[in-house]
Amino acid sequence: MTVRELTEKTGWAVLAGQDALSREIDGIYCCDMLSIAMGRAPADSAWVTVMANVNTLAVAVLADVACVILAENVRPDDATVAKAQEQNVALLQSGMPVYETARRVESARDH
Amino acid sequence: MSQKIIMNFTVPGDDFTRAGEASSAVKRALKQLGLNSDVIRRVAIAMYEGEINMVIHANGGEIVVEIGSDDVQMILTDHGPGIQDIALAMREGYSTAPDEVRNLGFGAGMGLPNMKKYTDEMTIDSIVGQGTTVRMVVRVPQS
Repeated sequence: MTVRELTEKTGWAVLAGQDALSREIDGIYCCDMLSIAMGRAPADSAWVTVMANVNTLAVAVLADVACVILAENVRPDDATVAKAQEQNVALLQSGMPVYETARRVESARDH
Repeated sequence: MSQKIIMNFTVPGDDFTRAGEASSAVKRALKQLGLNSDVIRRVAIAMYEGEINMVIHANGGEIVVEIGSDDVQMILTDHGPGIQDIALAMREGYSTAPDEVRNLGFGAGMGLPNMKKYTDEMTIDSIVGQGTTVRMVVRVPQS
């Protein structure tokens, strides 16, 4: 499933990184501690978090995740959105809590 | 690649918005050189951890990266307070990062352990009151 297909199935907003929507999602990862996510987020995964700052984007790029999904309708500041755009990272926003967001990604992938 | 490529960076202190610029630049360079993706990921993660440490603890520093055909070497030098107990600092979960740093998602005590985990060699030389030098090497698998 691509990031675009995920957004079509869930209706989640794309806040930045429209050019990265063709990336394939392989796995789901949930974590808010950047120090942990940096080492453990699998490449190509959909990373669900409520941590929305510019460093989240730096970690997303280094870990090479397919997309970042901000749960709980967390709103990033303008600098974070600009960074996602600049680094070409698909930045999505879900209104659900982290666990439900991850489960929704999984069900979207399976159906 | 017969000659080594050397890249130099200055890491600004207390500026989290710019932390990661050096590791991103190295990542781009390694991609352009066509290195294997596992090597690129390991170098990028180890170096980013080092950058963050410099920002949190040492008011910045300098990084020299040497990219050769056999390995990628990173030397991170700062003039911060130094590390009192290196063995303790290497323990997963141990952190002296202040609360405002934890609020940004750092300070889980994973920095040095991650750097060790993702590199093939790591040495730390630190003098309390003078600074710290970390040398890390990631070997490039020969095909």
